[in-house]
Amino acid sequence: MTVRIRVIPCLDVANGRVVKGVNFVDLQDAGDPVEQAQAYDAAGADELCFLDITASHENRDTIIDVVRRTAEVCFMPVTVGGGVRTADDARALLMAGADKVAVNSAAVSRPEVVSDIATRFGSQCMVASIDARQIEPGRWEIFTHGGRTPTGIDALEHAVRMAELGAGELLVTSMDRDGTRDGYDLDLTRTIADAVSIPVVASGGVGNLDHLVDGVTRGHANAVLAASIFHFGQHTIADAHTALRAANLPARR
Amino acid sequence: MSETIALIDFGAGNLHSVHNALVAAGAGKVTVTADPEEVARADRIILPGVGAFGACRDALGAIDGMVAAMEKRVRAEGVAFLGICVGMQMLADKGIEFGEHEGLGWIGGTVRAIEPASDDIKIPHMGWNDVTPTEGHDLLEPGEAYYLHGYHFDAANQAEILAKTSHGVPLVSAVGRDNIVGVQFHPEKSQAYGLAFLNRFLEWKP
Repeated sequence: MTVRIRVIPCLDVANGRVVKGVNFVDLQDAGDPVEQAQAYDAAGADELCFLDITASHENRDTIIDVVRRTAEVCFMPVTVGGGVRTADDARALLMAGADKVAVNSAAVSRPEVVSDIATRFGSQCMVASIDARQIEPGRWEIFTHGGRTPTGIDALEHAVRMAELGAGELLVTSMDRDGTRDGYDLDLTRTIADAVSIPVVASGGVGNLDHLVDGVTRGHANAVLAASIFHFGQHTIADAHTALRAANLPARR
Repeated sequence: MSETIALIDFGAGNLHSVHNALVAAGAGKVTVTADPEEVARADRIILPGVGAFGACRDALGAIDGMVAAMEKRVRAEGVAFLGICVGMQMLADKGIEFGEHEGLGWIGGTVRAIEPASDDIKIPHMGWNDVTPTEGHDLLEPGEAYYLHGYHFDAANQAEILAKTSHGVPLVSAVGRDNIVGVQFHPEKSQAYGLAFLNRFLEWKP
């Protein structure tokens, strides 16, 4: 076969606790990110994404501790995003057991951080996280700070630049669709995926399994990220793999 | 007396993940070490590695006496050896990534960039893919494992290719000979398949 389409559940973490987390299994402590990561490891998730939404940068040790404890008990790839500003921030996460780091706002204000991380630790661990909103048909703009702050930067140009600077993957989130359950912005995903030679993860807006399939067949993504459809037990990771296979896409068994 | 398992510490990013996975796979005591003397008396040796070939090779070479200890213990005395990802790639004669770098030369071949067969093949090769053993080998079972690499081991000797995978083009998944095995995939990130693989390595009597 060929490389499988990856199904990636994403957990939002604030101050070391999961926000809006998993409730599809009985958990000792529903706010513990490590316990939730273990549930997804057991469920056969292809990767896991932790998004640290802690407001203050002084709290880096908390997410690093979460990653370290997760790596002790989970044997799947983990990407960590949120608050990564420098190559040293990336190093601390990678040494704690993260496999990839996602850089968002810092890559907008200081794009050279992308090449810093790629040069020191390899492109394979450098994920550029792109939050975009549509401004007119076929055009999207980069927004930062959770989609609130416009930057005036064209999303496609930014995506291509990230790849040129050495990013090994793009995590493309539609801030228009995030939280809507209406499905990915497929035009955004496809426009970027077709313009770069590195893998693209579709993100933002998944409400059902068809949306995951569409992300690949119509959005040309290599991986599909979702949160609530998995967290609340609407669908399992196995359901997602089955749906992908039913659409003749390569997925794990 | 229990075996000593040496996990070589040259600062590789996956060092702790490999350590955790070895423990989960049933290893008693794993010695994470940058001390050539510990490597020279270990019963099993594991070389991790992620990132760029040259940076890993330089970091390994910067530990005074380490490569010599590995040569003696693995090649002369024949203890079981496992290289993972760039730890596997460094077994080659050379690697071409940000310039040309000399490898350990234990397994003939060159590490070079994956040439995508078409525009829709994305590089790095990132995700779960097949491990397809070429012939029977004690450690390698057919299955799915996690890969994360933009460069691949172009092996000189077909007999030293232990398993393959495919990413538009055929890629080497594992190389080896006698007591030496190197895997391109990440057993420490390959859930049940990876832990079972590491367990077989821990039991392996080459």
